[in-house]
Amino acid sequence: MKLVIGIVRPDKANDVLENLYRAEVRGFSISRVQGHGGELDRVETYRGTTVKMGLADKVRFEVAVSEPFVQPTIDALCEGARTGEVGDGKIFVVPLERVVRIRTGETDHGAVTPVGA
Amino acid sequence: MTHLPDLAPIAQVDTGDTAWMLAATALVILMTPALGLFYAGLVRAKNTLNTFMMCAAALAVATVTWAVVGYSLAFSEGNAIIGGFDHVLLNGVAFEPREGTTIPHLLFMVFQASFCILTVALVSGAVVERMRFGPFLLFAALWSVLVYAVLAHWAFGGGWLQANGTLDFAGGVPVEMGSGFSALAAALVVRSRKDYGRQALLPHNAVFVLLGAGLLWFGWFGFNGGSGFSTGNSSVLAFTNTLLTPACTLVVWFLLDFLRGRRVTAVGAATAIIVGCVGITPAGGFISPTWAMLLGALAALPSYAVIVLRPRTRVDETLDVLAAHGVAGLTGILFIGFFAQLSWNGVADGLLYGNAAQLGSQALAAVATPVYAFVVTFVILRVIGLVTPLRATEREEAVGMDIIQHGEEAYATGEGAILVSPEAGVEAERPVANPV
Repeated sequence: MKLVIGIVRPDKANDVLENLYRAEVRGFSISRVQGHGGELDRVETYRGTTVKMGLADKVRFEVAVSEPFVQPTIDALCEGARTGEVGDGKIFVVPLERVVRIRTGETDHGAVTPVGA
Repeated sequence: MTHLPDLAPIAQVDTGDTAWMLAATALVILMTPALGLFYAGLVRAKNTLNTFMMCAAALAVATVTWAVVGYSLAFSEGNAIIGGFDHVLLNGVAFEPREGTTIPHLLFMVFQASFCILTVALVSGAVVERMRFGPFLLFAALWSVLVYAVLAHWAFGGGWLQANGTLDFAGGVPVEMGSGFSALAAALVVRSRKDYGRQALLPHNAVFVLLGAGLLWFGWFGFNGGSGFSTGNSSVLAFTNTLLTPACTLVVWFLLDFLRGRRVTAVGAATAIIVGCVGITPAGGFISPTWAMLLGALAALPSYAVIVLRPRTRVDETLDVLAAHGVAGLTGILFIGFFAQLSWNGVADGLLYGNAAQLGSQALAAVATPVYAFVVTFVILRVIGLVTPLRATEREEAVGMDIIQHGEEAYATGEGAILVSPEAGVEAERPVANPV
């Protein structure tokens, strides 16, 4: 089991979602985050105040999957989120120690397998 | 402009009329920022400011073009198609009453200016979220003169529609049909947003939409109530109808929403308010309050149908200016042809009261206006498109027009923002999303 964390551009989030559904990855959560990854800062001006915006809005996907789904999930994130310019984001894959489905108490493989699959 | 018979007494400025028209003008001016709020709520968060700024642009550009040449082309003596240059730079527009009214000529001019501004802002609804700001400014300038001033001349300034007996109380021709069918042309030339039809593009703040619609309705009491240029009967009638008609549209819209989806929607209600106000705009001072209520109910139907069907097409007329303004304005213009009542308006009867010719005059306006607005808008945008790109690139569209076009965000948190000292100056770094 792995936790796949993908940090992508907000405007690419829908493309990633589409790809995840296509790859039959049914369970994930997303959150809005801000971060910095080596992009040029954008300059904004509010009345007389000029600022460099050091943080860019991103969407963070967290997908807990069993081994056979790790690569399809990574592919879905990469293909959905890529524009080819700096700022497309990162994917982190980390091992999972335990997973529990709260409703049933199922653990591990059973817990990351979608209901009805 | 109607010519008074020789024997009529020379019109004097009436203080009561002038007081009301000063207030009415301010009410109409409020409608443009109200429209900005309404439109801003309907777009995605990343395009909020750009959308609002298009309405602010109308306040800037259309005011100037109107004072320089628009007012003259609309309201000075000319031919049947377009006015002359007598009032260029407001030449000869001062405190004497405008012929046929009892208010100062200057006040008449500024009241009409507020209409031109609002109409330019209305058209922006077709092209938000992708059209570049610079070309829009150019479009606003050309459109306010070549389309709005001409249509205003036709309907109000002594042009051929007015001479032909077409009744248009407060702007069904130049404002509503003019903006609606121009919006359709603009959407076709600028083309759809890159995500249109692929992703759900949802309103980001429905409260803005409702508040904007409410403020528009409030301003519309000046828009319609002022279009009698007096405190007389026609103004009172139009003012009253401006409450009755949208209320009936709302009721019918609730029903249509309920029948279609078992729920009454808030964004739908805001839309219904606009549709009702638009419907009564041409008819306000010409039909009885009872018929105004019927108009409100009827006007909901075609506009609702267009709003439901339009997103199934490839035409990304983004904020449905055609449905809310073009179609509802056309409904109102035609409605006058049936239900105008001499005993209420003192001008003419409609078909229902034995004057079938009135319906003919109304139908003529309902055909000629959309054709003119559509064709000229199409040409204006094509010509601007030859000089400069009309729309932002796909990448810029993805980042959002606020950051790309204005260097600001509507909902900036300030987290991670580093103050750039004024002495250091701003390095000309391009935003990451736009590294040309």
